[in-house]
Amino acid sequence: MADAAFLALSVLTIASAIAALELRSLVYGAIALMGTLGGIAGFFLLLDSPFVAMFQIAVYVGSIAVLILFTVMLVRRELIFTKVEDRRRRLAGVGLMLVAMASLGAVIVNSGISGITTDEPAVDFREIGADFLVRYWPALILMGLVLSGAVTGAMVLARREDTEDDQRAG
Amino acid sequence: MTNELVDFTLVSVALLCVGIYGLAVKRNALRMLFAVEIVVNAANLNLVAFARFVPDSGGQTLALFSIAVAAAEVAVGLALIIVAYRMYRDIDVAKFGTLRG
Repeated sequence: MADAAFLALSVLTIASAIAALELRSLVYGAIALMGTLGGIAGFFLLLDSPFVAMFQIAVYVGSIAVLILFTVMLVRRELIFTKVEDRRRRLAGVGLMLVAMASLGAVIVNSGISGITTDEPAVDFREIGADFLVRYWPALILMGLVLSGAVTGAMVLARREDTEDDQRAG
Repeated sequence: MTNELVDFTLVSVALLCVGIYGLAVKRNALRMLFAVEIVVNAANLNLVAFARFVPDSGGQTLALFSIAVAAAEVAVGLALIIVAYRMYRDIDVAKFGTLRG
């Protein structure tokens, strides 16, 4: 059975995920998304993976959420507060969500993984470090290149070429 | 450890479905990016949960790689949204008429 910390975390995570999508203001939505990402970090702590939890907090809550907040602030104010959506499409979306949740949940509950618990000790984070440097070192180098390439590409994309035009238009 | 594997998997399924709902319904590009983040986090939760119950360090290593790649994806996605906003003065994906630069 799940314990109280798990139940509280799951309510927090799922509720703030829905809030991130449904709150009228994008700023509050971004803050609610921070709650979801922090809740996932809490799940990682419950799963005895403190290293991944700290990485999640540093990367997601620390940098991605702040990047999203800054982008939201760059957008015009009326776009932040207005929500344009089709009512029928929204109803269909809620139906799709509930059907997918129920069917996937039923499949998982009836599959062989229900009832699995473990008493084995958790994986030590030293093993993760050894994995990174011994087995997966080419992937680590490749990921560093991908990250630097992505950041360079993002900066090239977002660079303003015509500052004067923008000032006249805005 | 009192929690079962299936509990974590069910939370992951719920987050996945919320993310799919957001991708299907929302027209705001930033909200669609939020939904993508929620889906990616559901996948990471699954990876770490299965890694805890096997137990094996490979799942956590893969989750770390996945988090780093998601960071790169968000950086590029936000830059694309900024470019599109500069072109169309809007972040509604239905208003993005062409991909021409």
